[in-house]
Amino acid sequence: MALLEIKGLTKRFGGLVAVNDVDLMIERGEIRGIIGPNGAGKTTLFNLVSGALRPTHGTITFDGEVVSGKKPSHIASAGLVRTFQRNAMFPTYTVLENVMLSRHTQINESLLKAILGADRREEQKNLQRSREIIEFLELGRYENELAENLSHGHQRILGIANALAAEPKLIMLDEPVAGMNPTETAMVTDHIRRLRDEWDMTVVLVEHDMRTVMETCEYLSVINFGKLLMEGSPEEVSEHPEVIEAYLGSEEIEL
Amino acid sequence: MTRENWIFAVFLAAVLAAACAAPFMVRPYSLEILIIFMINLILVCSYRIPAMTGDWSLSHVVMMGVGAYTTALISQQWELSILLTVPLSAIVAGIVGYIIVMPMIRTRGFGFFIASFAIGEFVRLTWVKFRDVFGGPRGMIGIPSGEIGAIDLFFPVPKYFFVLVIALICLTIMYRLGRSRIGSTFTAIYKDEELAEAIGINVPHYRALAFATGTFFAGIAGALLAHHLGAIDPKNFDINTMVYLIIWIVVGGSATFWGPIVGLIVMTFAFEWSRPLLEWRPLLFGGILIFFLVFLPGGLESLWGKIRDRLAPRGGGGEGPASSAAADE
Repeated sequence: MALLEIKGLTKRFGGLVAVNDVDLMIERGEIRGIIGPNGAGKTTLFNLVSGALRPTHGTITFDGEVVSGKKPSHIASAGLVRTFQRNAMFPTYTVLENVMLSRHTQINESLLKAILGADRREEQKNLQRSREIIEFLELGRYENELAENLSHGHQRILGIANALAAEPKLIMLDEPVAGMNPTETAMVTDHIRRLRDEWDMTVVLVEHDMRTVMETCEYLSVINFGKLLMEGSPEEVSEHPEVIEAYLGSEEIEL
Repeated sequence: MTRENWIFAVFLAAVLAAACAAPFMVRPYSLEILIIFMINLILVCSYRIPAMTGDWSLSHVVMMGVGAYTTALISQQWELSILLTVPLSAIVAGIVGYIIVMPMIRTRGFGFFIASFAIGEFVRLTWVKFRDVFGGPRGMIGIPSGEIGAIDLFFPVPKYFFVLVIALICLTIMYRLGRSRIGSTFTAIYKDEELAEAIGINVPHYRALAFATGTFFAGIAGALLAHHLGAIDPKNFDINTMVYLIIWIVVGGSATFWGPIVGLIVMTFAFEWSRPLLEWRPLLFGGILIFFLVFLPGGLESLWGKIRDRLAPRGGGGEGPASSAAADE
């Protein structure tokens, strides 16, 4: 069974149908790209899956559990964690503190433990794993730097680190390389591949940067006007006339 | 321990020694002020717990009243030890807080502020309306001062020490809470609610928890106040008192544990010194409130960071805050 199954997903905002009867199946261990022109409904789809929006119709099944209509925190605890288009992080905390704090789902917090100081010991284990995540994403040098003082690229990578801290089975990245220079982009692309290869994670990627999508993903889903236009390998997609027309107004997709 | 920790420990020991010596040094009137001060200390620190999640309420003093009325009611019915009435009142205030925050949790910021005022007034007006139970506008009288063993807490000095011990316990717990993981979770909600949800923090649950924890400690303050005054009425817990609480928080700041305490100390002095200007006092305090909101929105506690940055030998540039944060760890 697929890890993430989306069936007949529809979202209406008043008269506007932002997502229209979309079916998607994402298998374990996939790196799936979701592409489409601006306003195609990618972000709405993202928000529906992560629980930030409630679907008008349709079901989302994650790892055997129906999660459509559940709260984002519930979905995150189930193992489906998203990142944001904006640089989402806790700016006045250090990189390490950010990641440790984001391990909320892995820790059983209670008032009593806090008062008795029992949570301090657990934090040791937590610290170890947080360092591992930070090292994995090559942020080790900035461990004690305040998040707000990091460069744009590193802030975005910290966003991924915070998501990883929740120990997801599937991570959804919302334009992870937006605003990055080519070096940073290459670094993130590499991280995404390693996430799948070394940590067996399933990755869903929404991205505008075609080059990144083509290089990173093995399989793409194209969305236009809220509908699933087609699915296929990057080659198939980039050659498909409808995609070319939808995406670039009948120009060639530049690789 | 680092040098800073040593200075801090010595400072705390000095404050504690002064607090123990105080009842034998000061006049009875000042002792009265100190007792009220310590009750307010519990109140102002408890306000910070929901404020950590970004929830500023206008019902906190009413929740203190829930504690006070609970104490009055159970003292009327049964002859319970003060060691039972205080925690019982706190539990009742915590439960009432948890119930009233449920409809409020859908609101945020200003909406929450106003909703909490409405619900707080609703609770307060039940005390006015139900005369048979709560004594109506005239309130409840004859609340015993309580006793522990053979010690009668009617006398100022034992009463002072009892309140001091309770205040120390409450402050220690609240301090630990603020620095614990759960405290960071509360703060995370304030910093970025959307991100907090995305990493699995059940935001409504934790906001409700923070609110109820705050009202629990407010309930302790209320119980102590009821035992101290011997009589309470709905006016004790009206919006005027609430505004004073807001002023303490605004003057001190709410980012750290110490902010509200500093605010309370400063404003307690201001309150006592302004006694001769009785009818001008609301104007004066209103002026102070506006001054802080406009010129020092972070409160007095934010001055400490500024002073430290000035005095820091060569921390300068972008590395300053980062290195100091690392040192704190």
